[in-house]
Amino acid sequence: MRIYVCVKQVPDTSGKVAVNPDGTLNRASMETITNPDDLMAMEQALLIKDKNDCQVTVVTMGPPQAEGMLRELLAMGADDAVLISSREFGGSDTFATSQIIAGAIQHLGLEKEDIIFCGRQAIDGDTAQVGPQIAEKLDIPQITYAADIEKEGDCVTVKRMLEDGYMKIKTSTPCLITCIKEQESGSRYMTLNGINDCYEKPLQILDYEALKDEPLIETDTIGLKGSPTNIFKSFTPPLKGAGVMLTGTDREMAASLAKALDEKHML
Amino acid sequence: MGFDSAKIEEFRNIWVFCEQRDGKLMETDFELISEGRKLADERGAELIGVLLGDQVEGLAGEIGGYGADKVIVCDHPMLKVYTTDAYAKVLCDAAMEYKPEIILIGASNIGRDLGPRCAARLHTGLTADCTHLDIDMNEYVNFLTTSSTLDMDKTKFKMDDVNLKMTRPAFGGHLMATIICPRFRPCMSTVRPGVLKKAEYSREKAEKVQVEMYPVHLNAKDIHTQVIEVIKEAKQMVDLIGADIVVSVGRGISKDVEKGKELATQLAGALGGGVVGGSRAVIDAGWLTADHQVGQTGKTVHPKIYVALGISGAIQHKAGMQDSDLIIAVNKDEKAPIFDCADYGLVGDLFKIVPMMVEEITEMKDKK
Repeated sequence: MRIYVCVKQVPDTSGKVAVNPDGTLNRASMETITNPDDLMAMEQALLIKDKNDCQVTVVTMGPPQAEGMLRELLAMGADDAVLISSREFGGSDTFATSQIIAGAIQHLGLEKEDIIFCGRQAIDGDTAQVGPQIAEKLDIPQITYAADIEKEGDCVTVKRMLEDGYMKIKTSTPCLITCIKEQESGSRYMTLNGINDCYEKPLQILDYEALKDEPLIETDTIGLKGSPTNIFKSFTPPLKGAGVMLTGTDREMAASLAKALDEKHML
Repeated sequence: MGFDSAKIEEFRNIWVFCEQRDGKLMETDFELISEGRKLADERGAELIGVLLGDQVEGLAGEIGGYGADKVIVCDHPMLKVYTTDAYAKVLCDAAMEYKPEIILIGASNIGRDLGPRCAARLHTGLTADCTHLDIDMNEYVNFLTTSSTLDMDKTKFKMDDVNLKMTRPAFGGHLMATIICPRFRPCMSTVRPGVLKKAEYSREKAEKVQVEMYPVHLNAKDIHTQVIEVIKEAKQMVDLIGADIVVSVGRGISKDVEKGKELATQLAGALGGGVVGGSRAVIDAGWLTADHQVGQTGKTVHPKIYVALGISGAIQHKAGMQDSDLIIAVNKDEKAPIFDCADYGLVGDLFKIVPMMVEEITEMKDKK
């Protein structure tokens, strides 16, 4: 049994987000991290690996620098890693991205008992689309917003969160599950031995040449050309005028606030 | 059935997927129908609600009351509870047959599951969590004039562009992007709940709405997932999105979490009754449940008054509250980024200041 974990390297938006004068994002000034929801997907995969005999493969699509992130995941306990990287894949929207990742997974092979894990969404794009689109392109069931996952043979039972509760859903493998962070649970740390060994573990690079014979990979379904959506315009919103910093003692500040709210007829 | 998403000239009309749970429509359906009405008028097209469920025909009037011309009802016992397989099949079958130009879906946990599955099947584009939609170019230019820092005099537009222009925040609202889907149809969009304004309900329109029953073809082998049970959490739904007053707490309450939450409740009460929210730090620490979370991965709120108590103001948090009418921030760090978007800033210890705020506000109200 094999578990694929799809991960993405993202800019750390919890730090300072820098915007260039032309309104585009200054990525160079931001640190990169593994997308937080993807770490939850990784943890879910490792929890299954703890109990079952299985191979955990981490898969990412991105520039060559993403190898650093893959090594970290190998140090956490993944068995092998796959980096999908090629100039032809650049500029992909979610449709084209999922097309390429689905093509790569077909290339690697998807067996009856296998599962694909993704994070719910990436913090840079926030679309939550790539997971379900991979599932559709591979024609397998999907369960999104998964909190708890139990696997028995070719059957999984998942707690799927809703805004006002949850559903218990059962499905058969192969399937795709997108994971969310549940309260109190976190992802595990890299181990010292893991860090020691992570450079010995296999890391495969799949470029356009390697994947071009896959049925899903066609020049008009990948990259910028294969992306149905385009950016029409990007812009920065106007800065809101700076507000008033109230001054004085605590009591004076509280009183001036009450007065200001009263003058605005907000009480 | 001769469906080709690239033959864009064959597609017409605007669809809104109307999500129901337990036979009740979701609040966001009404926001989408109201917005859809505006778009349909800009495009000179019909606005059609698409309703999937089991014995849900009776809900069609409610959808009409907010502006839908017609409701396509897909009624089948296997649509009673949401499953990706059944809903995606029925919605895609209908879309392939009727060829709508636009499909809008609320970005709920269910809408965000359904939307991408359908977009992949229909081979078309989907834009996630939009906060503003336009078809008419004049409307779009007006929007940019008030909502962007672009130099409009130097920006040229093709005024006869009839693509749906879907605008969404990126990177926590620091950047906005308008996305189009020019080469494929239907153009699909999930829309962030709580952002668009709901229209007035009209009983007259509700009575006039056309209802069309769509013949659903489903059988057990179409559905590969089995819903064993649906649990509603006993706790009351926190109505952050609809609240006029939201008082949120952040990591600043760590000194005495219970007292911090109590103060927030008191302040909300003094301001006229409201809901307590929290930043992600508070949710992650387990001090409040996830339905209280305001921000990019939580809820977007735009109350009349938003109070941030001990919240530093990371962009992920601001993304969920910066459009509030009036923002008050209390923080002991005068450099906290929350003060950049606050109308009134108070630097100090919230455990000392908030009780005084409650007193002063109550006193001010009593004087009237």
